[in-house]
Amino acid sequence: MLGNLFANYYEAVSMILFGIGFTTLLLNRNMIKKILGLNIMDTAIYLFLAAKGYIFGRKVPIVTGTVPEPEKYINPIPTGLVLTGIVVSVSVTAVMLSLTIRLYRRYRTLDIDEITRFVKEEK
Amino acid sequence: MDFVCNFPFFCIVLCLATGVISSVLKPKVAKVVSVTLVSVCLVCSFCVLLYTVETGEAFTYMMGHFPAPFGNEIRAGVLEGVMATFFSVIMLLAILGGEKYIKIDVEEPKQNLVFVLINLLLSSLLALVYTNDLFTAYVFVEINTIAAGGLIMIRSNGHCVLASMKYMIMSLLGSGLLLIGITLQYDLTGHLLMSNIKDSIAVLAANGEYTVPLTVIIGLMSVGIAIKSALFPFHAWLADAYGYSTASSAAILSSLVSKAYIFLLIKIMYRVIGTEVFWDSKITNVFFILGVAGMLFGSFSAIKEHDMRRMIAFSSVAQIGYIYMGLGFGTELGMVAAVFHILSHAATKSMLFVACRGLSEVSGNKKDFSDLKGSGFRNKPAGVAFSVGAFSMVGVPLFAGFISKLYLTSAALETMSVKMAVAVIVLAISTILNALYFIRAVISIYTPRNEHYRDASFRPGKTFCVGMVCFIVINFVLGLASFPIINAIEQGLHMFS
Repeated sequence: MLGNLFANYYEAVSMILFGIGFTTLLLNRNMIKKILGLNIMDTAIYLFLAAKGYIFGRKVPIVTGTVPEPEKYINPIPTGLVLTGIVVSVSVTAVMLSLTIRLYRRYRTLDIDEITRFVKEEK
Repeated sequence: MDFVCNFPFFCIVLCLATGVISSVLKPKVAKVVSVTLVSVCLVCSFCVLLYTVETGEAFTYMMGHFPAPFGNEIRAGVLEGVMATFFSVIMLLAILGGEKYIKIDVEEPKQNLVFVLINLLLSSLLALVYTNDLFTAYVFVEINTIAAGGLIMIRSNGHCVLASMKYMIMSLLGSGLLLIGITLQYDLTGHLLMSNIKDSIAVLAANGEYTVPLTVIIGLMSVGIAIKSALFPFHAWLADAYGYSTASSAAILSSLVSKAYIFLLIKIMYRVIGTEVFWDSKITNVFFILGVAGMLFGSFSAIKEHDMRRMIAFSSVAQIGYIYMGLGFGTELGMVAAVFHILSHAATKSMLFVACRGLSEVSGNKKDFSDLKGSGFRNKPAGVAFSVGAFSMVGVPLFAGFISKLYLTSAALETMSVKMAVAVIVLAISTILNALYFIRAVISIYTPRNEHYRDASFRPGKTFCVGMVCFIVINFVLGLASFPIINAIEQGLHMFS
């Protein structure tokens, strides 16, 4: 059991990071920390993907000059997925940060529970 | 390949392009562009539907120059055609009906952004319906989330910005789970195209390999989508998001966004995992229990509510519960009932949200029951539409809601297990609860009070009336002529597997 964990340490670490990010995004009251949690969660998934695409002893899949045999390169698809995922998470982070700025300008706090209380009083 | 096969791709790209263009247009022009675009998508989707019904088989459309296991694909069958057509219709009517209120609720310089978001949302909805690639589905899920969050916060008061923040947080939790599910399944099968994944998973399941990872993958994807579509315990963001945003946004969010995710889940069930493996994994039992709980707790929360918009929002929780209960039966008939309920709920709920905004317009823009009394007389089309919607939600015969309840009950009777008893009893209780709060709402809007709100010069807008009449017609069509639609759904599900 533990042996498996050590053999697949990239995957194990990325799952731990995913858990940290997920719980931070769900439970933390500070909105900036929530966004950090979101980014940790997404990065954990990218680490997992990158670890899965890597094949020991092979090269980066960038072809220069002639096209040699594919056995020399690592799997390029997970890398492509990571790039797409980074674009997605950057845009989502931007939206979240802009929302945070708007809420902070209005209520002068980053605590989402406190803001909920202020909003309820507003009616 | 016929020319019609290009239509799904055209629609998606056209929506994305007009979304970009609309950002520099004036609000009026942007509205015209948006309405034209949705109409074009409607016509195209209907052509796709007719084409697939005629040929009797689904077609795949290669995106780019790489064939199947490497490239990206679009796939369209009868069910995709039905969904795309239906989404376009509801989107068009929600824009037409709520157009006047966009002008009232949203600040002048931001009005064209509403249409930008609507166009982007439509593109992501269509892409979710048509795509044959799981990772593309994830990307468009995120685009959908951003566009939906934008539609909530476009009305910039504190409630909406906070609701949007809460919506984004819950949605991103859901998409995180969905993404890790997709990643794990890529690790297991090495494919991202739905048909290839299904073949690999069938082999794995037949050999009895990797049963635990497979269950984890199914669980992660299902829970991710359940969070995003506001299944019962994950519905905390819903009431604020639907209750305070502008009427069109609420209508679009409740009837299209959450439904598109459920449709994606159905696609995952049929086209990615395969129904047998999915139903064997017992995750359907979780759907069933949460669905049933949602039916009850959603209705209880709705009964306690004094705010009409929030009441309708909580009723959505109950209705999403119905859909998940249908999925939870794990039978063919249950799926048909669930898909039909997606249609009937989408048609009814968007009508209710827009009508409710029409009623509150003649009640000093307030939404409490006490202020809305007598508003059915002050704004007649909104009153009629609201009553039709309320009767449909309760499940009175002739209306759409009746047929979906009929199918859900017959699906329950077919299962012959504990689920049957639970489902039938909870359906009965939930119908009574629905009747309690919806009939109360209808009575209160037709109680002749609040004469001080009466404004003799008030005329309901033309587009509002057109929207309401079309919504009512759709409701009756779904209620009275359901057989061709049910047939199409059955045929579409058959094409899926």
